[in-house]
Amino acid sequence: MTTAMRPSVSACPACEAAPGAVALAQKAEAERGARLALSVPGVHCGACIGAVERALSAHPGVRSARVNLTLKRASVEADPEVSADDLVRVLDGIGYEAHELDAGALRATATDRAGRDFLMRLAVAGFAAMNVMLLSISVWSGAQDATRDLFHWISAAIAFPAILFAGKPFYVSAWGALRHWRLNMDVPIVLAIVLAMLTSLWETSLSGEHAYFDAALALVFFLLAGRYLDHRTRAVARSAAEELAALEVPRAVRVTAQGEETVPVAALAVGDVVLVRPGGRMSVDGEIVAGRSELDRSLLTGETVPVFAGPGQAVSAGEVNLTGPLRVRASAVGEETSLHRMADLVAIAESGRSRYTSLADSAAKLYAPGVHILSALAFIGWYLFTFDMRIALNIAAAVLIITCPCALGLAVPAVTTAASGRLFRKGMLIKHATALERLAQVDTVVFDKTGTLTEGVPQVTNLDEIPQEALGVARALAEGSSHPLSQSIARAARAAGVAAARIMDAEEIPGYGTQARWNGQRVRLGRGAWVGAAPEPGTAAFLAIGEGPARAFRFADALRPGAEEAVRALRESGRAVLLLSGDSEGAVRDLAGRLGIEDWIAGALPAEKAEKVQALGQAGRKVLMVGDGLNDTAALAAAHVSISPASALDAARVASDIVLLGKDLSPIAEAVSVAQKATRRIRENFRIATLYNVIAVPLAVAGLATPLIAALAMSASSITVSLNALRLR
Amino acid sequence: MSVLSYLIPISLILGGVGLLGFIYTVKSNQYDDPEGDARRILSGEWDDHPKP
Repeated sequence: MTTAMRPSVSACPACEAAPGAVALAQKAEAERGARLALSVPGVHCGACIGAVERALSAHPGVRSARVNLTLKRASVEADPEVSADDLVRVLDGIGYEAHELDAGALRATATDRAGRDFLMRLAVAGFAAMNVMLLSISVWSGAQDATRDLFHWISAAIAFPAILFAGKPFYVSAWGALRHWRLNMDVPIVLAIVLAMLTSLWETSLSGEHAYFDAALALVFFLLAGRYLDHRTRAVARSAAEELAALEVPRAVRVTAQGEETVPVAALAVGDVVLVRPGGRMSVDGEIVAGRSELDRSLLTGETVPVFAGPGQAVSAGEVNLTGPLRVRASAVGEETSLHRMADLVAIAESGRSRYTSLADSAAKLYAPGVHILSALAFIGWYLFTFDMRIALNIAAAVLIITCPCALGLAVPAVTTAASGRLFRKGMLIKHATALERLAQVDTVVFDKTGTLTEGVPQVTNLDEIPQEALGVARALAEGSSHPLSQSIARAARAAGVAAARIMDAEEIPGYGTQARWNGQRVRLGRGAWVGAAPEPGTAAFLAIGEGPARAFRFADALRPGAEEAVRALRESGRAVLLLSGDSEGAVRDLAGRLGIEDWIAGALPAEKAEKVQALGQAGRKVLMVGDGLNDTAALAAAHVSISPASALDAARVASDIVLLGKDLSPIAEAVSVAQKATRRIRENFRIATLYNVIAVPLAVAGLATPLIAALAMSASSITVSLNALRLR
Repeated sequence: MSVLSYLIPISLILGGVGLLGFIYTVKSNQYDDPEGDARRILSGEWDDHPKP
């Protein structure tokens, strides 16, 4: 018990000391100046690096700037008074789109310590394996007596320290499993390494013929390569996912008696008054104390029609303010907001997913006990047969070494690396280790509507019903507003080549619309009731000229590019496609008809979505959920596997296994087929690895295996498995 | 066979130098931006004198 406790006890002082160290570092950083991180997605060439770095360095107060082309990021060291907004503007000026990244959220991935550690161990194992192999080849090609012993001793001198250092990840993991009375893949690995090293040392001291130093080192090298690949794929996905999170810098404007101040969201308290500008997202739950506007609640509920907001109305975190500035008195902040409470639904739903056992785990479950039993039987059998401990131990070690899962260790990571790389180039980020395997099993696809199949951007549908003159007036009125419906009208009118009418005294009435004077008449563009028109069933805005009748602009949500292709390809491959939306029935029926989806549900509440997905899962269906809003989060977590677009809310991205980086939805269908190919390759790899064992194990049990055969079997199977995985690229 | 007493240490030392070199490059962050470094070598910016 005391030995079991030791690692955790010795680990603790370090973690207790860590926060202090971080605080110190932050303090030192504040004195030194600010470190800013910018995401610059447009850099792609050597000339871009120079241009961006020169522009940033020329900005007053910037001490140094460096572009990382791999991550498409610029890190800047500057005086504290330089703000990221200034630098974003500087880059905008030379034609590069830039976004501020939250340095706090990025710090964790700044240096990939674990990856570096693996790389170092891999290098040591590779160095030692090459040198020992050199000596072993001389032995196999006929070195005798004293020369052979000398070579074996030198091999031992290289192998022991190298294996002690390079194998650490396996020792730690095997010990962790054994401590809890479990077996994992690392237990037979460690046993094989230890047994091979000890029997080889014993053989060497007795001037024996066979030593397995090279096999033990090659084993460690190949297995570490597998682990490193695995780590790389996940680290790339993690850092990209963290960059998405870091794009949303959590800041709010607090209104105090002294004026306005920008503070981190974490510093807000209940009762604070927060100013939310048009276009900004609510960071707290609360009540509007001043201002009139409209709110876009699509991320929370899936509704596309903006709702009116005025003093006294309750708002929740995550809603987007559209037209006028609002002052909100916070009633709940941080973890207490409805945004976070909804995210809690995820934790409940997620427990279902952890039941999935990956192919590698199920292989290990069969494999680990089998290997132990086999080599134990070989040992007992040979001991009873010869009563010679040395022969029996040598054969047991040979069995362990030969069966050891070199190819098994590479089988999964080599394939997932190749498949993730291919999907990453298509704009998909695989976040979860077993996401590909689960994606391959999918037979039912559930889509959310707003923000997923549609862009959440309305488009005018009845432009041809509106006379040119009225359209000109509408364009002029719409251009003065940042409301999404206005912007859509302006865009449509511009595209139709209609010039803006000359209007005067334009003013925006937040929450209602825009009004102005045109040819001496009052013109208004806005809500039906305000303009004096009968309400319409769908999303609509109205234009009234003078006392004339109001004209309606009707809107439909624009489809996301690739949505039709994705739905068609999924249906053609024989999968059921469902549409679950929180939006009104008319809008959902319309979209389902356009895409040819027969099964749809409108007006679904977040819990209903999750229930529906769970019900499908209980009926034996493997559900892929594609959604972006907070109302989808629970359903995303409940599904067998889930995808969310990069524009989704943070909580939805966290809950999903795969993130779509681009706007295009068409990669989804391809991802499913790549995932199926990947699982097929993984199974093939297992078969290849088994085939080698079927040939080599009888030789080992029969006592005919030599270190040369072990080395050949191991290298050949590892290389075949890697090459097979590369076919996926 | 006495040649072995030179060749083996020499091969080990040369390999070891390579290993130390690799460890040095890992420790000094030289693999953080492989793509950028490949492009930077082609830029003529600091050709006349090293970056201060």
